[in-house]
Amino acid sequence: MKKLLLQAILLNAWLIVILGLAYPLAMTGMAQALFPKQANGSLIVENGKVVGSELVGQAFTGPRYFQGRPSAAGAGYDGLHSNGSNLGPTSKALMDRVDKDVAALRKTFAQKGPVPADLATASESGLDPDISVAAALWEAPAVARARNLPAARVARLIRRHARPRTWGFLGEPRVNVLEVNLALDGLSLKNAPKAVK
Amino acid sequence: MTMIGWASFIAVLAVVAACAKPLGSYMTSVMNGERHVLTPVLGRLEALVYRLSAIDPAEEMPWRQYTAALLVFSATGAVAMYAQLRLQQKLPLNPAGLGPVDPALAFNTAVSFLTNTNWQAYSGESTMSYLTQMTCMTYHNFASAAAGIAVAAAVVRGLVRVQAKTIGNFWADLVRVSLYVLLPLCVVGGLFLVSQGAIQNLKPYEKVEGVQGFSQTLPMGPVASQEIIKQLGTNGGGYFNANSGHPFENPTPLSNFVSMFAIFLIGGAMTYQFGRMAGDQGQGWALFACMSLLFLGGFAALYHFEQVGNPILAAHGVAAAGNMEGKETRFGIATSSLFATITTDASCGAVNAWHDSLTPLGGLVPLFNIMLGEVIFGGVGSGLYGMLLFVVMTVFLAGLMVGRTPEYLGKKIEARDMKYATLGILIPSFAILAGAAWAAVRPSALQSLANAGPHGLSEILYAYSSAVGNNGSAFAGLNADTWFFNNTLGWAMLVGRFFVMVPVLALAGNLAGKKRAAPSPGTFPTDTPLFVGLLSSVILVVGGLTHFPALSLGPIIEHFVMLAGKLY
Repeated sequence: MKKLLLQAILLNAWLIVILGLAYPLAMTGMAQALFPKQANGSLIVENGKVVGSELVGQAFTGPRYFQGRPSAAGAGYDGLHSNGSNLGPTSKALMDRVDKDVAALRKTFAQKGPVPADLATASESGLDPDISVAAALWEAPAVARARNLPAARVARLIRRHARPRTWGFLGEPRVNVLEVNLALDGLSLKNAPKAVK
Repeated sequence: MTMIGWASFIAVLAVVAACAKPLGSYMTSVMNGERHVLTPVLGRLEALVYRLSAIDPAEEMPWRQYTAALLVFSATGAVAMYAQLRLQQKLPLNPAGLGPVDPALAFNTAVSFLTNTNWQAYSGESTMSYLTQMTCMTYHNFASAAAGIAVAAAVVRGLVRVQAKTIGNFWADLVRVSLYVLLPLCVVGGLFLVSQGAIQNLKPYEKVEGVQGFSQTLPMGPVASQEIIKQLGTNGGGYFNANSGHPFENPTPLSNFVSMFAIFLIGGAMTYQFGRMAGDQGQGWALFACMSLLFLGGFAALYHFEQVGNPILAAHGVAAAGNMEGKETRFGIATSSLFATITTDASCGAVNAWHDSLTPLGGLVPLFNIMLGEVIFGGVGSGLYGMLLFVVMTVFLAGLMVGRTPEYLGKKIEARDMKYATLGILIPSFAILAGAAWAAVRPSALQSLANAGPHGLSEILYAYSSAVGNNGSAFAGLNADTWFFNNTLGWAMLVGRFFVMVPVLALAGNLAGKKRAAPSPGTFPTDTPLFVGLLSSVILVVGGLTHFPALSLGPIIEHFVMLAGKLY
């Protein structure tokens, strides 16, 4: 028994060195060498400032910007508290939240009728970077009006930034909200009257 | 349901089946201690580990010694982890300055990772330092997975050895699996995840001024290296709270596909390894077929109910496009349903959609998968030995029907074997139901619920099923970080792990000592479609009869309540 105990302690120790230290550190080194951008969070830098990550959703409020999904991460899109609502299908709290969101969305984006499913439901991580193409097109008319852009222009922008399923069958088609909003800012800048300054 | 949705299911199953033979053959040479392709690369390291740990890999162990080694190894690892969790504020690689972990939570977490459960009553990004994530979480992901595979190999040796006293060497099994199977797969798979956008760094958290002026802090850390072993080792504990739904853990549909494949990869290969070690490949493929059948059934049900969605949401002005609450846009209904099926078929417990927000009958599927003992490909190792318990049960029932002493692989299954097999099947179910019943009558425990009505019972039932089944996924609305839940779920995990492993090893030891009888005309063949059907029925009937009353008070009643439009 004493021998077993000694062997167990030693083996744990050496395997911690190999699998708990050497392996993750070596992986960090290789990842930094091979895929530095991805390994560091796919950060987007604009004018020398980090404005977000391509992969992580951030808070937006419409109609000047496309708006992402309801987020249960902290007060919304809180990177330190990734979470979903965890409310079940017969939860009154869920339906109260949905009622509030549906009313607000219809008002913000001047729409009637059913709200696209993803826009009225909280994501898993609370950091979902995407919305469905249907949701983006649903928000688009109001965004175009708020920015004085032709509606067709904004719809074209969405189609250009829409990502298809991988290999035709993995995942769902979607639009990255941060990406399309940055493109929107670029478009507005181009369209802005010269006098502004 | 759409063809596109079903395509992911077919793709996962096809890739797992295609890898079963090459990986299974390779794992057989590894577990037999033969020379193989990685011996020239890592052989010296293996020998060095033995030397530094005073281990003789050639020493053969009887089942009692094998079990003792397993238990002592697990206990020492858990004590070390507990100590580190309590002291992490004094250790390096803690740029976020995270403090010590509370004692009850530290106990729960140490047990959770030791038992391959990876139940998490904490949020990684706000609780665990980088060093803790590496030397506690990542390390135990390896060690607990390797221990499971080792035990399964020992059980197979017990089945195939004739009049033998020993079932292998625990230390050698553990080291070989870690270095030759898990480590190389993790290096390749981990780098792939990084290429997709999973992060891997030791930088401080990144403060971001958002485009519309909302600020955000992005957590950083050595994520991919842990993410890949979390899936391959069917551990399931996420680096972040959101687990495999977090964009830094599982950024793309492709990383999601690789994650699902990784969860089943080793479990699938082990059925082939079993056939190879038994000298009869048909025996392995029969288990593979049974697992595939149950996998198919679970996915079909879960996908169907999620796609139909929640009629109450539609009545509140939401377009009827399936149940998207708690799911990520990039994964959608189909792949989220597939992931939820796979993670609970196996004892993984990683989630990319919150199971708490699934439709009632959609959520029943993961719960039922866990209650069946996670034998559908299953946890690495634990899936195979769990399945073998059901095989023993099935040949026994078949023997009763025809009035002959049951046999499996030429070994007579006698009273003692049946006692061990029955213990291994019944103890977990008892622990699930007893634990859930206790929590359900404790007013203070009920304060942890996030949902009232039948869904609240489902939350409790799921917690104890997940803990006992060493799954680790949750109906996560339940606030499990309380003294009561941390302790009772901690003990539930220990029961679910070791009160199955020990009877299984005892069974192996007992079978190893037996003679092998030549097959006679009265022998019930165990590699036929008939046997696969019978085995699947036994699994469903045992799981169903044991748990149906509890399930009917939770998810089943909630389904009808939902159709009636009632809210809690």
